Amino acid sequence: MGRYVARRLLQMIPVFIGSTLLVFLMMYALPGDPVRALAGEQAVDQAQIAQMKKDLGLDLPIWQQYWNYLTGLFQGDFGTQIATQRPVAEVIGDAFPITVRLALFAFAFTAIVGIAMGVLAGLKADTFRDRGLLVVTLLLISVPSFVLGFLAQYFFAHQLGWVEPNVSALAESHELILPAVVLGSLSLAYVARLTRTSVAENLRSDYMRTAVAKGLPRRRIVGVHLMRNSMIPVVTFLGTDIGTLMGGAVVTEGIFNVQGVGYAVFGALKSREGSTVVGIVTLIVVVYLVASLLVDLLYAVLDPRIRYA
Amino acid sequence: MTIIDKTADVPASRGSTDGGGPLLDVRDLHVEFKTRDGVVKAVNGVNYSVSAGETLAVLGESGSGKSVTAQAIMGILDMPPGRIPQGEILFRGQDMLTMGYEERRKIRGQKIAMIFQDALSSLNPVLSVGYQLGEMFRVHQGLSKKDAKAKAVELMDRVRIPAAKERVDDYPHQFSGGMRQRIMIAMALALEPDLIIADEPTTALDVTVQAQVMDLLAELQREYNMGLILITHDLGVVADVADKIAVMYAGRIVETAPVHELYKRPAHPYTRGLLDSIPRLDQKGQELYAIKGLPPNLLKIPSGCAFNPRCPKAQDVCRTDVPALLSVTERDGGELPGRRSACHFWKEQIHG
Repeated sequence: MGRYVARRLLQMIPVFIGSTLLVFLMMYALPGDPVRALAGEQAVDQAQIAQMKKDLGLDLPIWQQYWNYLTGLFQGDFGTQIATQRPVAEVIGDAFPITVRLALFAFAFTAIVGIAMGVLAGLKADTFRDRGLLVVTLLLISVPSFVLGFLAQYFFAHQLGWVEPNVSALAESHELILPAVVLGSLSLAYVARLTRTSVAENLRSDYMRTAVAKGLPRRRIVGVHLMRNSMIPVVTFLGTDIGTLMGGAVVTEGIFNVQGVGYAVFGALKSREGSTVVGIVTLIVVVYLVASLLVDLLYAVLDPRIRYA
Repeated sequence: MTIIDKTADVPASRGSTDGGGPLLDVRDLHVEFKTRDGVVKAVNGVNYSVSAGETLAVLGESGSGKSVTAQAIMGILDMPPGRIPQGEILFRGQDMLTMGYEERRKIRGQKIAMIFQDALSSLNPVLSVGYQLGEMFRVHQGLSKKDAKAKAVELMDRVRIPAAKERVDDYPHQFSGGMRQRIMIAMALALEPDLIIADEPTTALDVTVQAQVMDLLAELQREYNMGLILITHDLGVVADVADKIAVMYAGRIVETAPVHELYKRPAHPYTRGLLDSIPRLDQKGQELYAIKGLPPNLLKIPSGCAFNPRCPKAQDVCRTDVPALLSVTERDGGELPGRRSACHFWKEQIHG
């Protein structure tokens, strides 16, 4: 077990380097120039720009730039934004907690509502209730999240007036509920469907028949015997979903004006702030890796047939 | 509508309990399943009874309705698509089919328990065997977790699982096939039920382990004076442990007899065919007999006797009239207790 965890943690190093390199190269390949962007529409002196680039180290070959970035990173230096002169670490520090809260709300919504819906449908597979769930989830899967986001904003903020259309800079918890629901709705559909299938399948298994034959009360049959087995695939999905929710918040944060990671990445992308984009994406990758490690460990807890050595 | 055996129960049992009357009495049971292709008539009027301490072997091919009958008794049929349009299942004189869910649940496991064929899939893979055994005591007797575990160890000892104390927290996949089946048996025995239904308990095991498991089951049955319904297609297993046999075909009982009588003189061509298809040492080198054809399609059971398309002795009457399960007598009319046959030509079969 300990060895397994150690191996997995060591595996994160190449993944970490690889993903930073990839994002770094992509930023480099993008057209546009952060120094040029500072000047906007105005005409500027080419020599001045060249000087600024030299000061920022942007005239170096890409490999050297990457090396400098990486060495900086290992010393805890995420770099500095060119336009605002703010350290990237500070930008991340402001944005990350908001997105983490948003993602956690969305995750809780996904897990609780999705599993509940899936269990209700799976217990009565192929009934009206089940078909209803299928239609609802199909709708959630096929409607893009920005459409859903604008619709939710229109109804709940503009028509009903229950919430403010935009989330304030403080991003209080109650303000994040609607964005979290929109953000989590796609995953919700997947979780509900996965749970439904898993429950319906396990319901037909031999050990469920045994549980009935043992004369157990119904809530115990479902709550203990059925759920323990049905949750195994769902937990796997939920784990990887944490990363997806954090990364997928870009659109939702844009719609509701949540000043989180997505907002910051989007801004940085527009002004070609390479170090900001790489820093944030890398952090999301790390969250993803840690979440999937936790899921794999939880997997062994849920299913005793799986043992790690 | 299928024609029903209007005959009374199967043979009078030897050791009746509770002031007469058998422990379990199945009367004219019908079970059907609704499918896309039509209604599958899996059980078509089964009558049998079991008394305390008695072993009834139910014999038949796959699809003959023997397991479905057992599931109907246990109340674990999938309904829908299953349906019991007709019949009674009396346990100590009370019809279980008219009971409420809770009443029925209390009988399951406590009064009637079941042993399933494939112990690996029938045990929950993610719960330890100790938990699954202890659950019986926790649910039905309200014991604490700790006491239930102690009871589980005791049970595992009783079915002779070595090192029970160390293994109580192991999971089903960590046991061998024979040990798993012992755990199934232990689970069924936990609350010392009056009746155990064993649905092909040894089919998934290899031959040496089969014998051990059967011996264990027979021994425990004697010890607790339980009724036992042994569902099997293995005639060899039956001969050693059963008191009486009911042979099923296409959802009906075609012959009942005390165990040794049946082997000596079968009164139904189907039983004859089954006995002839047992490999025998003294016929080494000869071709093994097999009953021609396939079991009938339960969507379209042949008219008359369901066995007629495969029967070597079928006559015109077999294709039109359903034979009732009637008492079989000696040539001189002397009574043969417990023997019945559902064949128009049982006389020729048994005496010819």
